[in-house]
Amino acid sequence: MLSHYSYDIAHLIGATVLMAGFALLYQRRLQAVLNTFAFQALALAAAAGWQAHVQNAPHLWVTAGIALVFKAILVPFALHWLVKELGIHRAVETALSIGWTMIVGVALVALSIMLVLPVTANAAALTRESLALAMSVVLLGLLMMITRHNAVTQVVGFMALENGLILAAVSAKGMPLVVEISVAFSVLVAMTLFGIFFFRIRERFDSLDLQYLETHRGDR
Amino acid sequence: MTMAMLWQVLHILLIVALAPLVTGWVRLVKSRLNGRCGPSPLQPYRDLFRLLQKESVVAHSASWVFRAAPYITFAAIWLAACAVPTFTLNMALVPAADLIAVVALLGLARFWTALAGMDVGTSFGGLGSSREMLIASLAEPAMLMVTFSLSLLSGSTSPARIMMFVLSGNIGLSVSLGLALVALIMVALAETGRIPIDNPATHLELTMVHEAMLLEYSGRHLAMMDMAAMVRLLLFLALIGGVFLPFGIGLPGGGPAQAAVGLAAFLARTFALASLMAVFETSIAKMRVFRYADFLGGALLLGLLATIFHYVSEAV
Amino acid sequence: MPVLIPEAANPLFWILAFPLGGAGFLAVLPSWRQAAIVNVAISIGTFIGSLALVAHRPEATRLFFIDDFNVYLVLLTAFVGVTTAVFSAAYIGREVRARRLNAMRLRFYHSMYQAFLFTMLLALTANNTGVMWVAIEAATLATVLLVSLYRTKEAIEAAWKYFILCSVGIGLALFGTILVYLAAQPVMGDGPDAMAWTLMIGRAAEFQPDLLNLAFVFLLVGYGTKVGLAPLHAWLPDAHAEGPTPISAVLSGVLLNVALYAILRFKMLIAANGHTLTPGPLMVTMGLSSLFLSAFMLYRRGDIKRLFAYSSIEHMGVITFAFGMGGPVANFAGLLHMTMHLLTKSAVFFAVGIIAQNAGTKHIGDIRGLTVSHPFIGWGFLVSVLAIAGLPPMGVFMSEFLVLSSTFARDPLLAAPLALGLLLAFGALISRASQMAFGTPLARPTLYGRESPMVMTFVYTAFALHIIPVMVAGLYLPPDLVRWFQSVAKMLG
Repeated sequence: MLSHYSYDIAHLIGATVLMAGFALLYQRRLQAVLNTFAFQALALAAAAGWQAHVQNAPHLWVTAGIALVFKAILVPFALHWLVKELGIHRAVETALSIGWTMIVGVALVALSIMLVLPVTANAAALTRESLALAMSVVLLGLLMMITRHNAVTQVVGFMALENGLILAAVSAKGMPLVVEISVAFSVLVAMTLFGIFFFRIRERFDSLDLQYLETHRGDR
Repeated sequence: MTMAMLWQVLHILLIVALAPLVTGWVRLVKSRLNGRCGPSPLQPYRDLFRLLQKESVVAHSASWVFRAAPYITFAAIWLAACAVPTFTLNMALVPAADLIAVVALLGLARFWTALAGMDVGTSFGGLGSSREMLIASLAEPAMLMVTFSLSLLSGSTSPARIMMFVLSGNIGLSVSLGLALVALIMVALAETGRIPIDNPATHLELTMVHEAMLLEYSGRHLAMMDMAAMVRLLLFLALIGGVFLPFGIGLPGGGPAQAAVGLAAFLARTFALASLMAVFETSIAKMRVFRYADFLGGALLLGLLATIFHYVSEAV
Repeated sequence: MPVLIPEAANPLFWILAFPLGGAGFLAVLPSWRQAAIVNVAISIGTFIGSLALVAHRPEATRLFFIDDFNVYLVLLTAFVGVTTAVFSAAYIGREVRARRLNAMRLRFYHSMYQAFLFTMLLALTANNTGVMWVAIEAATLATVLLVSLYRTKEAIEAAWKYFILCSVGIGLALFGTILVYLAAQPVMGDGPDAMAWTLMIGRAAEFQPDLLNLAFVFLLVGYGTKVGLAPLHAWLPDAHAEGPTPISAVLSGVLLNVALYAILRFKMLIAANGHTLTPGPLMVTMGLSSLFLSAFMLYRRGDIKRLFAYSSIEHMGVITFAFGMGGPVANFAGLLHMTMHLLTKSAVFFAVGIIAQNAGTKHIGDIRGLTVSHPFIGWGFLVSVLAIAGLPPMGVFMSEFLVLSSTFARDPLLAAPLALGLLLAFGALISRASQMAFGTPLARPTLYGRESPMVMTFVYTAFALHIIPVMVAGLYLPPDLVRWFQSVAKMLG
């Protein structure tokens, strides 16, 4: 039986993830975007940990750990390094001005609340709240992907969308495979990021391309 | 009834007496954080006293607006501060107090200051006035949004009733309240002219907002204007502290002992908040003017979200 | 419910273990020639396993199950896996000769090919909706890396677009999956039961309809991105054009079908619950818009692979339209079309791959007179394009005819745009194909060299094995298949 305070704390952590989503839309500098994303991942880890505690589901601790280590530490660090190495332009180019983006963001939050709350009348209060928050985070991540030109900010938007999904998954009481899903998502992001960005690094630095070496070796 | 009147009068005097000390304290903390010795916290009193004794020099091109503005500004802000409880909720004017009226009075004060800035016809005065109005056009709706969500939460627009509601403990860890807090802090920074909106210690006219409007003032006029700014700072600190951390405040029907406890609590939280503000000001830089819209737009949207989340909690 | 992982006597174990083990083995095999042969061998093993599966269906567990819907799709996927592996063996030999691929990338390619087949089979046989999602997501990952195999600027751009769009789609599909779990949870309790499709379908009538509606919208948009429904199709033409041709063949044939299969599984849940909004109109709209958009785009394509990518979008649109219409005939037509399209489109891509290598270019304007220079593949190409365009009496025509007639019977106003779209596409494909097949051939560059006749015979056999059933299907369908289709059509509502 959830006490009033445990419900409030879950609500608070979920709202922090959402606020971090708004903060992502607000930033004008690339490094600030990456730091804000790290903060959102941290809040997500807290949410997963809290749900693990409240639902008595130990596998959610693993999800919290993944969110913490991978998304709050490794990915921002790696992206910072990439931005420096590739000399990517440090200002965020937006398709829509930041003010309008925020207004659309609030409209999306209102939309998701209006959609989710009537439909989930039978579910537990904690789940409904977190689902509404999670859907808002997903929509904000989508908004960020749509309104940003730069590849790095698009990837951050996608990972923010993913944060929303993990938030929804940990809030759904007793859902199995949450760990597997979060691992799958993380692998997707990691491999694609590094597969594609790595190629760009090689292209830029014009470095050791083995194919050319093989041609000149006289071998077939 | 007489107790209530007594507390009200004491409250009115306390505000005026304490405001320069709070400002001095903020300046001291900032100096220490910058590695300097810093002036004594009583320095603002000495400055005010000095200014009151000096002759007030007025430009040829100034009109009656220029001469009247300091008094109107100070009166409006002092009156607004009277409505915000500090050490006790048992005050005579509580039934008439209204957060919306506070916003209106602050707006009135700002209007007259801006007029005075433009009155003499200097370019820096106009610069300051236009910037101040830009900030106001964004900050006032945000403040009203915060008022709206606070009053939805507590069922009243009176600051005293809001504080009573928060004290009663019905609220729990409300997200709505948290968002309203962040929004109110952002609005307070804008209204009181602190970093990141405006640098109160700047000497460069092109970076000024509030100071630019006061450039032509001297003597007792300047003293009134400075005093108004200090009281405005105290007003916001009392509002934030009282609504979000109202512990220890004297309740209606309480006696002198409760009021004393309330006073101690009020002093503690006001100086704590002032120190936090000083630390915050030292750690970030002033933002560029064209980012004001983003910042205050963010405050407005946070206020809007606070209202939305209130309905979410209601529906669940 | 018995054990979760199928044991060794179970054919399900073999069809999953073969590709997975194969992926690992091929990752370490250094010689690409051996790898190509091993690839074919593993695919044959998987195919034999799927035949065994048809003969003897294992019992459903919470993670895996086989019923009428996925048994023939598993069989077809394994079959296409074998034939494409044969084609790939011939194709990559010539690519290596043209210096477009090297040994390291080919190791990765073969390994990912088998990994992709594994994820497709996993998605088809999964009972748990979460496992199905993970499988489709892993398939996205495998194919993104494969599309960018050539490492040209266009390939990287195509892979990036594919990644961004399909990942968003996958994310939305996950949200839909979570919502379905939330709908099932009050009725079936916490835990894996609420994600097992076979258990959910029995009690779907008790789920909350509003939640199912919302979930289906997310699922349709999410998985629909992977099917290539307009307006979410922007990744498809580039991904098909820039990846290696065998990958285009399996993408077009298999992945689009599996994504549609996922949507249809959820549609069955919706149909089982009487109070939900019918998803028909939404699917019909998306299907028609895909059809029209691609039909118009077909006229101006200059790149041969892009042409057939748009043709895939068109056919997926028709299939979605058919399932949107609903009812036994339209559903039957949709299922038949899925099968025919899979066979025909892969065959088309085989032919396109060989033609592009022979001509040294992918540009349609530079390809002429195929029937003169390469008679077998030229005529084969023409026949397969006629099949995909919907010429009678081939299988695709049969399914399109069924869709049209059932639409005309139920809603004549919709039949007109459907017929128009089909005719437009028909016209475009015929004109392009005849332009390439007839006329005098241009000079043949020898960049890609010639493959040995023995290998080419295998490829031609694989091609024929695809086309002949399509040609026959217009006149005769095996009764088992008809029975399966009818039972699935009933479940789809």
